[in-house]
Amino acid sequence: MTTTAPAAPSQAVPLEPAERKPKRKLTPYWLLLPGIVWLVVFFAVPMLYQGSTSLQTGSLEEGFKVTWHFSTYWDAVVEYKWHFVRSFSYAAVATVLCLVIGYPLAYTIAFKANRRWRNVILILVIAPFFTSFLIRTLAWKTILSDGGPVVGALNALHVLDVTNALGLTSGDRVLATPLAVVCGLTYNFLPFMILPLYTSLERIDPRLHEAAGDLYARPFTTFRKVTFPISLPGVVAGTLLTFIPASGDYINAQLLGSPSEQMVGNGIQKQFLNVLDYPTAAALSFVLMALILGMVTVYMRKAGTEELV
Amino acid sequence: MTDQLRDATGGDVRLTGIGKTYGSFTAVHPLDLTVPQGSFFALLGASGCGKTTTLRMIAGLEEPTSGTVLIGGQDVTALPPYKRPVNTVFQSYALFPHLDIFENVAFGLRRRGKKDVKKQVDEMLELVELGQYARRKPHQLSGGQQQRVAVARALINHPQVLLLDEPLGALDLKLRRQMQLELKRIQTEVGITFVHVTHDQEEAMTMADTIAVMNGGRVEQLGAPAELYENPATTFVANFLGQSNLLPAEVTGGAGEDLLVSVAGTRLAVPRARCATGAERVHLGVRPEKITITHATEQVAEGRNKLAGTVLDSSFIGVSTQYVVRTDGGQEVTVFEQNMERDARIVPGAAVQLHWNPAHSFALDAAQAIDAGTAEEAA
Repeated sequence: MTTTAPAAPSQAVPLEPAERKPKRKLTPYWLLLPGIVWLVVFFAVPMLYQGSTSLQTGSLEEGFKVTWHFSTYWDAVVEYKWHFVRSFSYAAVATVLCLVIGYPLAYTIAFKANRRWRNVILILVIAPFFTSFLIRTLAWKTILSDGGPVVGALNALHVLDVTNALGLTSGDRVLATPLAVVCGLTYNFLPFMILPLYTSLERIDPRLHEAAGDLYARPFTTFRKVTFPISLPGVVAGTLLTFIPASGDYINAQLLGSPSEQMVGNGIQKQFLNVLDYPTAAALSFVLMALILGMVTVYMRKAGTEELV
Repeated sequence: MTDQLRDATGGDVRLTGIGKTYGSFTAVHPLDLTVPQGSFFALLGASGCGKTTTLRMIAGLEEPTSGTVLIGGQDVTALPPYKRPVNTVFQSYALFPHLDIFENVAFGLRRRGKKDVKKQVDEMLELVELGQYARRKPHQLSGGQQQRVAVARALINHPQVLLLDEPLGALDLKLRRQMQLELKRIQTEVGITFVHVTHDQEEAMTMADTIAVMNGGRVEQLGAPAELYENPATTFVANFLGQSNLLPAEVTGGAGEDLLVSVAGTRLAVPRARCATGAERVHLGVRPEKITITHATEQVAEGRNKLAGTVLDSSFIGVSTQYVVRTDGGQEVTVFEQNMERDARIVPGAAVQLHWNPAHSFALDAAQAIDAGTAEEAA
């Protein structure tokens, strides 16, 4: 097509060699193709399928039919409202804990450790991934077991008195309490906080610290005014990567909590696999997704990450 | 005027016995250096010569292994950078990427809780002609503009000493020349002591009142640019500052104010005052532009140092022509000749005479490497 096009109207723009043009234009699409296929098959199609499931009524015996039964959503939210509250509050607390634990560690790896130690620590950070999520969480069940050394130590230090007063634990137990679930979530998602924090801190030119010091900023002021603001994209990425999967998690609540610590993930799992009420399960999934999307949008607006890059 | 009087003792930097070692590597050998108040002082040397380490020790960014740093009579050796009355313009500027130009410049003032930040910053941005860029982020500015922000950010704090670490290294040649003049103008205007680190000998000579040439962690020679250029004390300075022809020679005797030397059998004169050594074997030096080149058939006036040779190569570089001549003694000599009255007979292969005023010769101890400080040696 382009070979026969007259070049007259736009004299100022030199035309590309005609035979190379279409190829060059298509290259990005070819490169995107595997990703697009993946997304369609494993994301778009299941989404549509679940969307239709959530609007069906019926039973396993008689089969499900799309009846546009929107009230499933309302019923699901009413039934599981406390699950949602717990999901988001546990996830939020775990995210904050991850940030508090992860930031100093990422800072140390990025600025204080020499190259050999840097690699050793980074390997240690991802080492837990070599065992399965389930086994790691089960290990926490042992760590926090009743009468175990951790509980004993916390008791002796009167930490349990404080957590009891806050309603995070009850009596002499840590297992089957909110504290146990939050501990599990924090532990399991900590690497997702550390790695983006490390990447954003590692990119900071150490000379910026020197420049701040040279301009009368004490070390802490340097951190507050220079290091932390520049690392904000990493903080945002880390909190999202921690908060989103943590709020959908059900393994930690299942293994480390009691029925009264159940999160929305447990509800979805129960509806899908035990009750076999697929529409309610699908509706819960969509509500969870919508709430997370909403929260993330507000958070990104507040954090104003586009200003930082 | 009163300001200058008050500051008369405020901005001199005195380093006494200051040195820095990293394990077994000595970056800076203990050295003494005094930078007088209000001067533009350059630390010149190739990379790894210890000049940046010296600067960083003044700034407090590097802890000296030995010695003391005094600024305006006050011992600051033990003070952290944020307590020293100095500011630094960093190599590649180190502007805060998350702050706009205004806040970058205001950073130092805000840390010290100064009043009327806005007025001062606006004035400073006017001085460096960046008023309209106040709300831009550093990455939206060109290299030259970023460089001016870095200078403004440091100068606004009225430091007693401004330290510049290769501040023009990232700029292209034309902009660099422009910024050299600009920095010199600002220095004259504000009257603050500038300590400037550079590897560019032309930059150092253009800007500085005093240059300390550093090599291998030591100061090779210290002095005004013209003095260093005309009277180098070592082969390193002779080769690193501009270009020199160094010819191995033997001292054969003296004649009044002059010392007579023999270069491959040819007798040449050099003033005793320009002879930095008492050694028998010397390197006789002469700058390429001091030499006149004439065709072998021309008559040369008496009393001039003369060498006969053959032109190996000539290249035209606009204002001058550069000749490489092989002397009859077998040495290669470079000659810069102004393009005024060129003799058309002087082409490669032609027999020529090189001659110069003996007063332009200098002699250095032959115990030193003849190629110290040349590009070949560096490579």
